[in-house]
Amino acid sequence: MKIHEYQAKELLKKFGVAVPRGRVAERPEDARAIAEELGGPVVVKAQIHAGGRGKGGGIKLANSPAEAEQAARAIIGMRLVTHQTGPEGRIVKRVLVEEAGKISRELYLGMVIDRVSESPVIMASEAGGMEIEEVAAKSPEKILKVTIDPAVGLQPFQIRKLCYGLNLAKELSGKVGRMISGLYKAFMECDCSLAEINPLAVTEQGEAFALDAKMNLDDNALYRHEDLKALRDLAEEEALEVEASKHNLSYIKLDGSVGCMVNGAGLAMATMDIIKLHGQMPANFLDVGGAASSERVANAFRILTSDKNVRAVLINIFGGIVRCDRVANGIVEALKEVEVKVPIVVRLEGTNAVEARDILQKSGLQFTVADTFDDAARKAVAAIR
Amino acid sequence: MSILVDENTRLLVQGITGNEGTFHTRQCIEYGTNVVAGVTPGKGGSKMDNVPVFNTVEQAVRDAGANASMVFVPPAFAADAIMESADAGVALVVCITEGIPTIDMMRVKRYLCGKPTRLVGPNCPGVITPGKCKVGIMPGFIHKPGRVGLISRSGTLTYEAVDQLSRRDIGQSTCIGIGGDPIVGSTFVDLLKLFQQDAKTDAVVIIGEIGGTAEEEAAAYVKAHMTKPVVSFIAGMTAPPGKRMGHAGAIISGGKGTASEKIAAMRAAGISVCDSPASIGETVASVLQGR
Repeated sequence: MKIHEYQAKELLKKFGVAVPRGRVAERPEDARAIAEELGGPVVVKAQIHAGGRGKGGGIKLANSPAEAEQAARAIIGMRLVTHQTGPEGRIVKRVLVEEAGKISRELYLGMVIDRVSESPVIMASEAGGMEIEEVAAKSPEKILKVTIDPAVGLQPFQIRKLCYGLNLAKELSGKVGRMISGLYKAFMECDCSLAEINPLAVTEQGEAFALDAKMNLDDNALYRHEDLKALRDLAEEEALEVEASKHNLSYIKLDGSVGCMVNGAGLAMATMDIIKLHGQMPANFLDVGGAASSERVANAFRILTSDKNVRAVLINIFGGIVRCDRVANGIVEALKEVEVKVPIVVRLEGTNAVEARDILQKSGLQFTVADTFDDAARKAVAAIR
Repeated sequence: MSILVDENTRLLVQGITGNEGTFHTRQCIEYGTNVVAGVTPGKGGSKMDNVPVFNTVEQAVRDAGANASMVFVPPAFAADAIMESADAGVALVVCITEGIPTIDMMRVKRYLCGKPTRLVGPNCPGVITPGKCKVGIMPGFIHKPGRVGLISRSGTLTYEAVDQLSRRDIGQSTCIGIGGDPIVGSTFVDLLKLFQQDAKTDAVVIIGEIGGTAEEEAAAYVKAHMTKPVVSFIAGMTAPPGKRMGHAGAIISGGKGTASEKIAAMRAAGISVCDSPASIGETVASVLQGR
């Protein structure tokens, strides 16, 4: 789960990470009030779940409360397009208004669970402000890494290693060190999958704080964080994906024209891939799960067909413990409830597949029944032409 | 021959009295697996069908001689269940549970360091040695005893691949689902080593997917150490970056973990990579014929 910058900063602050003074505003007049309260120049930042906001015009500097209000008026409600939002962009609903200071250096600080060492890894770099992938590609030697032993946690020597590596003066080392330890605690306590402070800004006065922050949370761990669950912003997520998640369906919208309904995530990805091999693109990823009951199938049909790009539907089910005849009955029942106007190609394989094909053919509904995986993809693609 | 499980496997089921646990225990017994015990804290002394239920894994090992465990415990308690089995000296733990927090799995892996327990999963269909022993939720009847090993990060895509093999009369020595999470007990490399040593396995199929670098590590291992042919399919060629494709571990992040990178690494290591998920059986057949 992704959260907003202002939410990440509030969390990090609780764990001792220094952040700029500021608050979030949903109305331009509130932005003005916050700027008045802070005094001096402020930064007005669009709050959306995507990076690259500055280049898209989502971040503005304001020298007075009036300018802050003006900036907020321009940003709130705008359709912000960045390299991470896709061409459709995101409508900005709120801005973060923060004090602006003179920055002398921008550092990078980030933490992930490294899949190879199966341990938390903290990364730091003097090349802050850029995306870390970019730094890693251009000058990997600029990235410092410490791998943390899960049994003992972050050690003081590791913090020293990072601070000396960043060439920090003694006093500043203490401040950045506290931020590193705060980042670590926040990551572990909140069950993050990624946490970044980028840039970590150093001011001319020798202060250090998190100028921008990003935290992604492990969905599997949300059950033990009721407070963090409340940070989810459904408006930032694809509407159909939110709808699907309400029905416990795993759905991801894509740009193609063949809608897919598959049981199992791996087979669902493979089904998308084989559609491409036959010359069309998948409209979605959709895992209906093991059960594939008529209710789940009906919900899946509703979601699939609300995507106007869908010109054919391919159902690919490998019945194991779940019998294909039950899935076939589920499909027939679901189609009595949901009207699907595009051609449907069904491939059911595994337990009781023959009986299943019989049920589909005798249902009086219009199906194209496919025999094999390859045949199913070919027929779905042909149905579009 | 085979790897991990066979007629000598004495299985215990953690979470045997839950719906899933009971259902799949029965399916395993029906397939021929020797299920010797169940564990559900608080239900010790009772029975599930004819299987004695114990309060702790330690008791199940001592009194019923269990040497492998299948875990159906819910995600919040599954990490604890795995460690309990490792503590009791169980040689193989197969964790089916989906949805365990990554930080919990990280701690489990650290706990397993230096212990003789091998973990398969979590978030996996399990392990099967066709005709002998099934420890998992896969449909047994699609498998055939034979000489091809299979390792996969997926569930139903594995069944698809197995089905393609069995229809061509290509049997399997052992099939293992290693799981779709970012941190799993056994990797492709861990199991490739076992298949390479197994005298009754002639070739190995790897079903990979986007996310992480497990396929690249497998490719490096194959290049350096495998003498047996390896066939592969990598799912997710059309998956967009930054999106979790169902499995917690199937995500392209920071431009890393794409299907094309993995396929390139595997081809460079001499692995026969199928472009289509429908041609896995065909490719294995042609590789075996070439030997």
